[in-house]
Amino acid sequence: MSELVRQWQERVRAAAADGESLQLRGGGTKDFYGRRVSGTVLDTRAHRGVSAYEPTELVVSARAGTPLAELEQLLADRGQMLAFEPPHFGAAATVGGCVAAGLSGPRRLAAGPLRDYVLGVTVMDGRGEVLRFGGQVMKNVAGYDVSRLFAGSLGVFGILLEVSLKVLPVPFAERSLRFDCGESDAIRRLNDWGGQPLPLSASFWYGGVLTVRLSGAAAAVQAASAKLGGEPCDEAEAARFWLAVREQACAPLAQETAQPGGPTQPLWRIAVPSAAPALELTGRQCIEWGGGLRWLRTELPAQAVRERAHALGGHASLFAGGDRESEVFHPLPQASMAIHRRLKQAFDPAGVFNPGRLQDGL
Amino acid sequence: MQLREKADAGGVDKARLVEALTRVLPAGALMFEREALRPYECDGLTAFRQLPLVVALPTTEEEVAGVLKACHELGVPVVARGAGTGLSGGALPHPDGVLLSLARFTRILRLDPHARTAVVQPGVRNLAISEAAAPYDLYYAPDPSSQIACTIGGNVAENAGGVHCLKYGLTVHNVMRVRGLTIEGEAVEFGSEAPDAPGCDLLAVMIGSEGMLAVVTEVTVRLTPKPQFAQCVLAAFDDVVRAGEAVAAIIAAGIIPAGLEMMDQPATAAVEQFVHAGYPLDAKAILLCESDGTPEEVAEEIGRMRAVLAASGATDIRVSHDEAERLKFWAGRKAAFPAAGRLSPDYYCMDGTIPRKHVGPLLEAIQGMEQKYGLRCINVFHAGDGNMHPLILFDANQAGELERAEAFGAEILELCVALGGTVTGEHGVGIEKINQMCSQFSRAELEMFERVKAAFDPAGLLNPGKVIPTLNRCAEYGRLRVSGGRIPHPELPRF
Repeated sequence: MSELVRQWQERVRAAAADGESLQLRGGGTKDFYGRRVSGTVLDTRAHRGVSAYEPTELVVSARAGTPLAELEQLLADRGQMLAFEPPHFGAAATVGGCVAAGLSGPRRLAAGPLRDYVLGVTVMDGRGEVLRFGGQVMKNVAGYDVSRLFAGSLGVFGILLEVSLKVLPVPFAERSLRFDCGESDAIRRLNDWGGQPLPLSASFWYGGVLTVRLSGAAAAVQAASAKLGGEPCDEAEAARFWLAVREQACAPLAQETAQPGGPTQPLWRIAVPSAAPALELTGRQCIEWGGGLRWLRTELPAQAVRERAHALGGHASLFAGGDRESEVFHPLPQASMAIHRRLKQAFDPAGVFNPGRLQDGL
Repeated sequence: MQLREKADAGGVDKARLVEALTRVLPAGALMFEREALRPYECDGLTAFRQLPLVVALPTTEEEVAGVLKACHELGVPVVARGAGTGLSGGALPHPDGVLLSLARFTRILRLDPHARTAVVQPGVRNLAISEAAAPYDLYYAPDPSSQIACTIGGNVAENAGGVHCLKYGLTVHNVMRVRGLTIEGEAVEFGSEAPDAPGCDLLAVMIGSEGMLAVVTEVTVRLTPKPQFAQCVLAAFDDVVRAGEAVAAIIAAGIIPAGLEMMDQPATAAVEQFVHAGYPLDAKAILLCESDGTPEEVAEEIGRMRAVLAASGATDIRVSHDEAERLKFWAGRKAAFPAAGRLSPDYYCMDGTIPRKHVGPLLEAIQGMEQKYGLRCINVFHAGDGNMHPLILFDANQAGELERAEAFGAEILELCVALGGTVTGEHGVGIEKINQMCSQFSRAELEMFERVKAAFDPAGLLNPGKVIPTLNRCAEYGRLRVSGGRIPHPELPRF
């Protein structure tokens, strides 16, 4: 155990004894996400470095404070990538913050979410114990899958010290295509295509334009492109486009204000079954993940957005902006909340870590 | 091994239990006569046998809730069971408990070809989902070798894999939602049919939890478009370490094969005797490397695979010319377990997983152990994910062989952990590997598993005594023992 981890251990034990809250923080690029928390900041960035990376194992292990950009560069140098294309939201983003936030980018359409790539974690719980779950192998059914429980938990269970992630080779070829089509037509097409063996790796619909990306063997991309038609995009422009989608730097995801420093409209992340019909809510909307993710900028009251999401079989989170003191995530049913509370108690009995960031009472 | 057998169990009043369950179950859904219980005494791990107090066979979620509530009230353990094909004793009954069979939950409730999802009851067979989806050119990707019999509920409990999981993922990657009942009989939704679900990822914790957290009553699975075409490359090597290096080279070349399997020389010799797959018998190891997708995609990938295998020193490379030949290549691999059964009266199957780079060294170490223990071992495995299935051959009727085989297996699994791997890649811990959990996890980690269980099942009544060893058990090791002719579901392929 490093000296730093030993110091954190003492810090956590002292906080637990004194009833103090700790706010776990990497680069702070996702401070906007989740509910507002108070507490003394525990900065994880000093605990950094890639501890193991062998491209032929398709696994990389990195300490939580490792800059995400540094990790991705290391993988790119060997022709590999984090297939879930996590958003960084700033140069300071860390690996730990990435996993704790659990956010995936455009490639989730084909590759699946971040949690699918979490193979193992080393964590510190609220007693200051250092625990390892999972490992560095693809298949592992020894014990409960605690590693994935930490993915997207926003730090409420403990400090991520190190994570092992599955990586994938960068596709041999990619091509993006554009189609003019309305919202319902886009949803229908994306689901039709999803049922065929096509190498679709990303989709984005906004303002009457549907853009899709094909990734894979050159022959497969070529054949699929011929089959789908549409207007091919310039390669460099397409790369910039998907980066902007991933980093929310394009409309309507980018923060826009009427005047510099002015208020921005809240951004809702509405997850629905991919074939769910149009949202029909006022605001500016875009669609990702083959229809499964609908982003909405709107001033509508939270209840109206949540009710509609629920009616469509999904759930809505207040992703950015708006009231961050009340619940920003979709409320949990009572039985599920009871399990969450007991899990919080199991990992963090004194309630030291990020209290309330995910839900009030966790 | 007979764990315990008695009509009435300590602390549980069987008459009261039967009375309570009769109130919530229809006629014919409750069994308590000893002979009726017999078929439930073990799952695919026959070395452990135990009669439950009663067997409940509900048909509706309401009945399951009734059984759970009654058991919760009376403090009676509950062990859920699907088809009973598990290989680690996860469905071994509790002597003082109810064996809750979900075998009557066989309906596919909804199949939406447009959204590519199916909502099914837990007793639906894995293969039945793909059969129902076939008219839409869709299928359910995880394909454990027992897929003609095993149920989706059991797949969820064990996080079942298959030969294609390197490319298509395990159960955890293909199940979107599980509806379950807590021991209090209360319904909880894990995951959703939309991406993610509110709160933390309890779905991931449920999958692979071996029936210890909640009883699965409904599952939504993701369906995948069927690949149009598949081809397989058979490559021979004159050295096992070189074959292991070829596996790494394929991955390093940016290829994710649909299947990547390896067999050592004793294994190919064993299967060739009765499958006649045409394997090169002089090779020290063979690799089967499959590509699937559109015909164009497969042609491109097979070309790349060939080049890498040739550069890695393969002595012989054959590409399947048609579907019949592809199936023939696979027939040998899939016959490995039965072949072990023909070579020897008994065999042990291990399930350790290690980082791929250690495959060669582990095989060499196993060769050394064969000398040390005076027993033969044949090796077949999912090389793509480093999931090893060494089959230790022995004869339980020869004095000392059983003990030597157990020690042999223990040394292999300890080496897997030492090499950075795990004691079980896909068969589960169950009762079989419960003691080996001690070599993989610290005391604090095992205690945390206990707390996670208690968060879902505070009363500790769902499948107690499995997966998590008590600390004083951490001295001994159990092993999967399969005796020729005594395995249940002998019709199932095992690979």
